[in-house]
Amino acid sequence: MSVATETAARSAGDYRVTRSRRNVAWTGLGALVVVVVLALFPYVFGPGTTTIMVQGFIILTLASMWNLLAGYAGLVSVGQQAFVGLGAYFVLILNIHNLSMFTALPIAAVGCGVAALPMWWLVSRLRSGYFAIATWVLATTVLLIIEKFPSIGGGTGLSLPHTPNLSTAVLEAYTYWIGLAVTVVALIAVYLLLRGRLGLVLTAVRDDEVAARSSGARVGLARMLVFVVAGIGCGAAGALLAVSQLIVQPSAVFSVQWTAEMAFAVIIGGLGTIEGPILGTIVYMILQQTLASYNAWYLIILGLVAMVIAIFARRGLWGLVDDHLHVRLFPVGYWLWAPGSNGRRGVIPRRGGRHS
Amino acid sequence: MAWVNDIIQGILIGGLYALFACGLSLMFGVMKVVNLAHGDLAIIGGYIAVGVITITHIPVLWSFLIVVPLMALLGYVLQRTVIQASLDRSILTTLLVTFGLSVVIENGLLQFVNADSHSLGVGNAIITSSFSIGSQIIIPYLLLLIFAVAVVVLLGLQYFLSASRYGRLIRAVADDKEAAQLSGVDYRHVFGIAAAIAFGTVALAGIAYGMYSQFSPTTGTDTILLFAFAAVVIGGLGSLWGTLLGGVVLGVAQAIGAQINSSDQLLAGYIVFLAVLVFRPQGLVARGAQS
Repeated sequence: MSVATETAARSAGDYRVTRSRRNVAWTGLGALVVVVVLALFPYVFGPGTTTIMVQGFIILTLASMWNLLAGYAGLVSVGQQAFVGLGAYFVLILNIHNLSMFTALPIAAVGCGVAALPMWWLVSRLRSGYFAIATWVLATTVLLIIEKFPSIGGGTGLSLPHTPNLSTAVLEAYTYWIGLAVTVVALIAVYLLLRGRLGLVLTAVRDDEVAARSSGARVGLARMLVFVVAGIGCGAAGALLAVSQLIVQPSAVFSVQWTAEMAFAVIIGGLGTIEGPILGTIVYMILQQTLASYNAWYLIILGLVAMVIAIFARRGLWGLVDDHLHVRLFPVGYWLWAPGSNGRRGVIPRRGGRHS
Repeated sequence: MAWVNDIIQGILIGGLYALFACGLSLMFGVMKVVNLAHGDLAIIGGYIAVGVITITHIPVLWSFLIVVPLMALLGYVLQRTVIQASLDRSILTTLLVTFGLSVVIENGLLQFVNADSHSLGVGNAIITSSFSIGSQIIIPYLLLLIFAVAVVVLLGLQYFLSASRYGRLIRAVADDKEAAQLSGVDYRHVFGIAAAIAFGTVALAGIAYGMYSQFSPTTGTDTILLFAFAAVVIGGLGSLWGTLLGGVVLGVAQAIGAQINSSDQLLAGYIVFLAVLVFRPQGLVARGAQS
C-alpha cells in the first residue's frame, strides 16, 4: 500500500517508521505452521475433537467480524445473528435445489453480503445504542419472515435434504477443513482491510470523527463496507454452522446468543486488535467445554468476565500481552524510531491503541 | 366490529408499551446511556413482585409499593457503580457492559429461577374482568388501568422534570454535566436519581406486563426491550408524548397484524417500525435531533 511508503518518505532523516517494533517475518511463518498443523488434525484426532474445533472456527470467524464492527468501526451490532441465520438458510435453500452444501457455502456468504446492503440502509439512520437495538429488531424481523415459509421448514426448521454420500469420518474431516479455510480467509481479509486505506480511515474516525470527515474521509462509505464485510463473514460462519450440523432450525440459527458469544470472545480477548478475538475464542472454548454440563453457567461467567474487562482492562487479554511484550502478530499500525532511541509508539496513531 | 374492538385493544396496549419505553427514553435522554439490559431488569421487577406477593400475601395491585422502591434503589446503586464506571470510559463501553448485564441476567434467571412462565394475579377480579360497550366491544379493566398508569407516569415525569428542583438538576446535567458540576451539582448523584426514577418505571412496566401476560426469563429481550425501542423510535427520540404515540401505533399495528393472521402480530409491529425508520427517521413527533 502506498500509504506506508509515503509515511516512510516523509519521516526521512534519522527517523524511521516500521509496521512493527520487531521483525514480523517469523510471525508469518509461525501462522503458516499453525495452519498446517491444524490442517493435519483430522488425521490424528477423532470426530469428537474436530467437531469442537469447527465450533471454535465458527466463533472465531464471528468474533473477528464483530471486532471489525465494534473495535474498529465503532458499530455495536447486537443483530449479527441475522447473518448467521441467513447464511444457514441460504445453504439450506441452495441444497434443496440440489446444490452441494460445500459449493453452497461461498454463495451463501456472498448472498449475506448482498443482504447486508439494504439492512445497512435501514439501520445506518441510527447511531450508537439505538443502532444496536435496531440491528436486533432487524434480526428478529428476518427470523419472523423466514418462519412464514413452510417450504424451508417454517417455524421448526429442516434437515439438509442432499447430504454428500460420504462416510461420517470423511464428512467430518471435510467439514473441518472447510471450517479452517473459512476462518483463515476471514482473518486474512480482516488483516488486509485494516492494513489498507480502510484501516487508516477507521483509525482517523476513531480518534476524531469530525476531523476525519473534514479531511475528506468517506466515513459513511467506510462504515458501510465494514458492515457488508461483517455480513459476509457472519454469513460464512452461519453457512458453516448449517454444513456442520446438517440441520437448520430458525430459533437456533437466529439466536441472539451468537452475538453474545462473539461479543464476549472479542471483549475478553481484546477489542480493537486482530489477535484479541483469537485469544478470546480460545478462552471461550475452554470455558464452554469445562462448564458444558452446567447449562447456562458458561454464558453467565463469560458475561461477568467481559463486563469486568470492558470496564477495567479495555484492551482485553491481548492488550495486557501487548503492553508488556510489544508483540503484534498482525501489525496494522506504525512504529516510530526516533534517532538514537529504541523506538516508540504514539506519534502516528496506532491501531487499537486505545489508552483512555 | 371485531376490527374496532381489536384497534381499541391495540390502543390500550400502547399504554403498556409506552410504560416499557419511558425508562429507556429517560436514561438515554439524561445519561446518553442506551441500557440494553432494560427489558431484563423489567423482568427482574416481575420476579421480585412474584416473590413479594408469595411472602407477604399483599394484593397484586399494591405490590408496586414494595417493588418500585426496591428497583429504584437497584437503579441508583447500579448507576453509581457499574454504569457510571463504564460511562467514564466511553459510550461504547456502556453498550458492551449493559449487553453483558442483559445476557448475565437472562441466563442467571434461567439458571436460578427456571425457564417456566410466571404471571401475576390470577384470580384477581379487576385483572380478569372486563366491561362491554354494545355487543362487540369488550374492554378489560386491566388494559384500561395500565393505560391510565402510563398516562399518569408520563404526566408525572413531565411535571417532575419541568417544575421540581431535582427535575431542573436533571435537565441541567443532561444539557451539560461539566457546567452543572461547576455550579456545584454532583452530576453522579443526579445521574443516580435519574436512574432510580427510570428503574421505578421499569418496575411498573414489569408488574404491568406480569398482570397482562405470562413472562419467562427470555421475555425481557424478546418482548420488552424490542417493543420499548420500537415505541421510542416510532414516536421520536427524546419526546415523552411521542413515546406514548409510538406505543399506541405499535399496539394498533400488532392488533391489525393479529387480525390478518394470528402469527403476524409481531411482524406487523416491526414492519411499521421499519417503515417509520425509512420514511420518517426522526419519528412521528419530530424533535429534529437524531442521536
